[in-house]
Amino acid sequence: MESGWILPDLSNEATRGFWDGCAEGELRIQTCSDCGATRMPPRPMCPRCRSVDYGWTAMSGEGRIWSFVVAHPPLLPAYAEIAPYPVVTVELLEDPMIRIVGGLVGGPGLDAASVDTKTIEIGDPVHVVFAKVEDVTIPRWTGAKWA
Amino acid sequence: MSGTIRDEAAIVGMGSTALSSKGGLEEDELTLACLAISAAIDDAGLEPSDVDGLALFDMESKREVEVARNLGLGEITFFAEVGYGGGAACATVGHAAMAVASGQCDVAVAWRARKRAAKSTRVWSQAPKRLDDSDQWTRPAGLLRPVDEIAMLTRRYMHEYGVTREQLANVALTLRRHANRNPRAAMYEKTLDLDQYLSARWISEPLCLFDNCLESDGALAVVITSAERARDLPHEPIYVHAYSQGLPEQHQIMSNFFCEDPLRGPSHAAARRLWANSDLKPHDVSCAQIYDAFSPLIPLSLEGYGFCERGEGAAFTEDGGLDWDGGRLPVNTSGGSLSEAYVHGFNHVIEAVRQLRGESTAQVEDASSCLVTSGECVPTSALLLRN
Ligand SMILES: [Zn+2]
Repeated sequence: MESGWILPDLSNEATRGFWDGCAEGELRIQTCSDCGATRMPPRPMCPRCRSVDYGWTAMSGEGRIWSFVVAHPPLLPAYAEIAPYPVVTVELLEDPMIRIVGGLVGGPGLDAASVDTKTIEIGDPVHVVFAKVEDVTIPRWTGAKWA
Repeated sequence: MSGTIRDEAAIVGMGSTALSSKGGLEEDELTLACLAISAAIDDAGLEPSDVDGLALFDMESKREVEVARNLGLGEITFFAEVGYGGGAACATVGHAAMAVASGQCDVAVAWRARKRAAKSTRVWSQAPKRLDDSDQWTRPAGLLRPVDEIAMLTRRYMHEYGVTREQLANVALTLRRHANRNPRAAMYEKTLDLDQYLSARWISEPLCLFDNCLESDGALAVVITSAERARDLPHEPIYVHAYSQGLPEQHQIMSNFFCEDPLRGPSHAAARRLWANSDLKPHDVSCAQIYDAFSPLIPLSLEGYGFCERGEGAAFTEDGGLDWDGGRLPVNTSGGSLSEAYVHGFNHVIEAVRQLRGESTAQVEDASSCLVTSGECVPTSALLLRN
C-alpha cells in the first residue's frame, strides 16, 4: 500500500541494522567493533578509529526530548492529514550524544493527534515505540505526559 | 607576499535581472543567467571575449557550455562548481578570485539563476519516496522541509540561551524596514510590525511565516578581475579582501542535530580562516550581508563570525542593532532573503558591492568593508569585500 510517507531505502548495508532493529522492536545503535564508540546516524567507517567493522547495540529506548517542532502546512498530503504534528529529537539516556528524530505520539498505535502540543517541553522523558509504514518500521516517541 | 589572495582580485561588474517573488518571470533559467551575466560584463566595461573564467553553483540547471555559447564567450581556461545550494554563493566568487589571483584566468564570472517563485517548484515537495541519504533520519519522522530542520535547531537555541520570539522578530522587522527603502525588493511596499509578526501563521513552531525567506525568480552575476586591471575599468574596484569555506567536524546538511555541539554551525569553521587571512577584525567591518533563509540564521551567524559571544546573537539584534542607520552592525541592507528576494544568497553579494560603491538604498555612511556570508547549516562560505 502506498502510504505517501517518505521512507528509508532498506538496501543500504551501513544503515540497514538500524531499520532491522526497529522491525524487531529494538532501538539498535551502530557500534564500532574495534574501539566501541557508538555513532548515529550509521555510516561505514568509525570516525574515531577508522575501523570499518561494526555491530549493533540494543538500547533501552529511554530518552529525553532535546528539541521539538510542531509542523504546520503546507506539507505533503500524507503528512498534511495529521498536521499540525509534533516531531521530537531525543537524546538517549544511556548515551546522550546519540540523538534520534521521531514523531511524538500518545502511545503505541496512536498518531500525532493524540498529543496536546502545548504541553511538550525540552527535557521531558520519553520512550520509543514503533510504527509500521508500508514495509518499514519507524521509531516514534511517547511519554507518560501524553498517555 | 602573504601567500593569500588578499586584495589581489576585485569585483568590477555586477548585473541582475528583475527579481520576482509574486508571479515570477517569463524567461527560463538559462536566459535569466545570460541576461544577468551580460549586464555584469557591460557594467564592468568589458566584452564577452574578455571572459575566460566561470564559477557557478552545481545546482545551476544550465552549465558552463550553454552560458558560454549564448553569451559568445571566448576560450575558457578556468571553470569551477560549488555544491550545497545556499552555502555556495560566496564560494563561487571566492573561487573566481583565487583563479584570477593565481593566473588561471584573467576575467571570471560568478552567477546564480533560479526560478522558484511558482509553488510547484518547492524542492521539498519533490522528495523521492525512498531515501538512501542522510534525510532518512529526519523525513520519515515528518521533518519534510528546510524550515522544519531549522525550527528544530531554533527551539534548542531558544532553550539554551533564553532567545525569544521578539528577538527573532527584530531580524524580520529590521530587514523589512530595509526592503521598504529598496524598490527592487519584493516587500518594498509592505510594512511589517511586531503584532503582525506575533499573530502570523505558524509554518513549523517555533518559526512563523515571517521567519521564512521569500521564494523568487531571478539571476545575478558579478565579474572579477585582477586588482591591477580593475584600476583601469569604469567602477571603483571592490576588492576580495578575504574568502573562506567552512565544513565543520561531524556536520550533517541542514539537520546538524547529531553532532556534539549542534548550535556551533559551519560559520564558525569559515570564520576562523576568513579572519586569519584578513587585516580586518569583526569590529572593523562597516556592514554585513548575512545568509537569511530563516531569521535565526542571522543571530547564529553573528556568533559564528565573532561579532558577539555564543548565545549573544539574539540580544545583538535589540535596540536597532542590525539597522542600516546607526546599528551596531548594519545587516542585509537590501532586505535580504526575507524581504528582498531569495536567490540562494547571491543578492547578498550584489548588495555588498552596492554598499561599497555607495549605491545602496540603505547606504551605510562611509562603508569601507562588508562581510558576505552564505548558508549557515550547510557547508558554507564567506567573503570580506572592501573598497
Ligand atoms: Zn572505532
